Amino acid sequence: MAIERIEPRRLTAAVTLALAVFCVAALLAPLAGSATVDWKKAVAGEWPDSEILFGTRVPRVLLALLSGGSLSLAGVLFQALLRDALATPYTMGISSGASLGAVLAICFGIRTLAGLPGLWVAAFAGSLLTLVLVLAIAADGRRMSSFTLLLAGVTMNSISMAFILLLHNTADFGQSFAIVRWLMGSLEPLDYKTLLVLLATVLPVSVWLFVKARQWNLMAVGEEWAAARGVSPARLLLSGSIAGSILTAFVTALTGPIGFVGLIVPHALRLRYGADHRVLMPCAFLWGGTFLLVCDTIARVAMAPAELPVGVITAIIGGPWFIVLLRSRRRSLWV
Amino acid sequence: MSSFDLAGVGFSYGGPATQLEGVTVQFTAPEMVALVGPNGAGKSTMLGVMAGLRAGYSGSCRFDGVEVRDWNRRSFTRFISFVPQNLRLDFPFTAEQVVLMGRTPYAGGLFESPEDWEAVEQAMRWTDTLAFRAREFRSLSGGERQRVVLASALAQGPRVLLLDEPTAFLDLEHQLSVYRLLREQTERGLLVIAVTHDLNLALSYASRLVALKHGRLVADGPPNEALTGARLRDVFGVSAEVLSRPDGRAWIAYGD
Repeated sequence: MAIERIEPRRLTAAVTLALAVFCVAALLAPLAGSATVDWKKAVAGEWPDSEILFGTRVPRVLLALLSGGSLSLAGVLFQALLRDALATPYTMGISSGASLGAVLAICFGIRTLAGLPGLWVAAFAGSLLTLVLVLAIAADGRRMSSFTLLLAGVTMNSISMAFILLLHNTADFGQSFAIVRWLMGSLEPLDYKTLLVLLATVLPVSVWLFVKARQWNLMAVGEEWAAARGVSPARLLLSGSIAGSILTAFVTALTGPIGFVGLIVPHALRLRYGADHRVLMPCAFLWGGTFLLVCDTIARVAMAPAELPVGVITAIIGGPWFIVLLRSRRRSLWV
Repeated sequence: MSSFDLAGVGFSYGGPATQLEGVTVQFTAPEMVALVGPNGAGKSTMLGVMAGLRAGYSGSCRFDGVEVRDWNRRSFTRFISFVPQNLRLDFPFTAEQVVLMGRTPYAGGLFESPEDWEAVEQAMRWTDTLAFRAREFRSLSGGERQRVVLASALAQGPRVLLLDEPTAFLDLEHQLSVYRLLREQTERGLLVIAVTHDLNLALSYASRLVALKHGRLVADGPPNEALTGARLRDVFGVSAEVLSRPDGRAWIAYGD
């Protein structure tokens, strides 16, 4: 009797479901909002339906899907690499680096840099600089361990946050508001060109991570375990943290730090599907995008016409949900 | 014929203390070697050097004539399996997924090939782990976990098994079943080298005993010859007597 080979079928079933929900959410979300939009009129190009739908809502929906997907995928990756169930895309200090860059841009009134919004460029530069510093601190010759990487990230996080507080302290009223607004994280409608650049970065990095899924499985068990199975843990740690940081940095530059997506979506999926990254990674991207889209839609309609920052919604919905998961499946999360 | 050839192997973690010094020894399949010695004698370090996990060793450690650090890691791990002392998992992998990871050195694509599945099934049969293959690894008992880790090592299709205290956390029955399994694998032609603290198990199951103290080789030979009362005092600093059982095998009685 041959044993049943379940993995490929599990992947197909899980991804089909995730993709279906992702598509339904993507199609329905643009119709929700403070103004009622007739999609037939919008497609026919009639004003204002067309402008509301294709000028503001669709780009914002696309940004939510790509950001949520990237953050959740990066969360899965960093949890495996650092073997820390509480790791997030921000554990390595990427987002506080981005925030420091953004706060500097706000305080020094840098509106444009190299023809792009100064906030984006400064935030992106801040996260890349943080990544380089963290890797340099953690590297020991040609070796690198996940433990030093974790400590280096946590330290850089604190240093960046201290500088942010310092700058905030010297900011005037208008700057202060802008800083707080940035730190809450929110999705704004972007132009299609920027979205295309985001897609062109996120897609290849995500596909590369998925192709390497079996290696992330090994890393999630341990570095010696991986080395005894013919892969190089140091190289995987380096390439993985660069890939995860690129995803996080790009998204954070455009949206500010949005918490919880990178923590609860991976955990919920692990409870449902187990730890195999071949299933976990594509599902994390699709469900992460869906989750952030739902949260952002709530942020748009809950107190319409006023809009809430989506980071507040993810924390308000995500926090309690996470506690429920924690209480109900404590054993499998922590043992 | 798989063989290890160590000549003057030394290792240090970077301080003035050396973990291993001038170890010269050969191993040729098939044999079952018990590697013994007090804590800190360098047993795990020696195993790590042989498994290619401690590249910074001095001297020469060759597997099949090629220096361990010069081997292509992927090819090397198709020949050599390493079994860690006590595997703890942070994530909910199933027993079967842990065993499947043993096939990574052969990985072509995203999914395992039919040959991979055959090797996994065979390894799980040998270790009697098929019954709980779908269960989460963390929910298994210590004995079941150790058998799953062994299955993962066997799924690599190795010619050499290196084990770091494979029975450290097991009850008597499971200790014996692991050693029986290792002896079966030796009979299949494998070279098995296991670090152990249980000298009576070594006497019962190993075909050869190698003892280390302060990083140096202090005994090498058939277990009942290598272990004498004087040597036990010398190596482990305990008083013990090596007795002869009616069937001619030896066993150790501890105490004054």
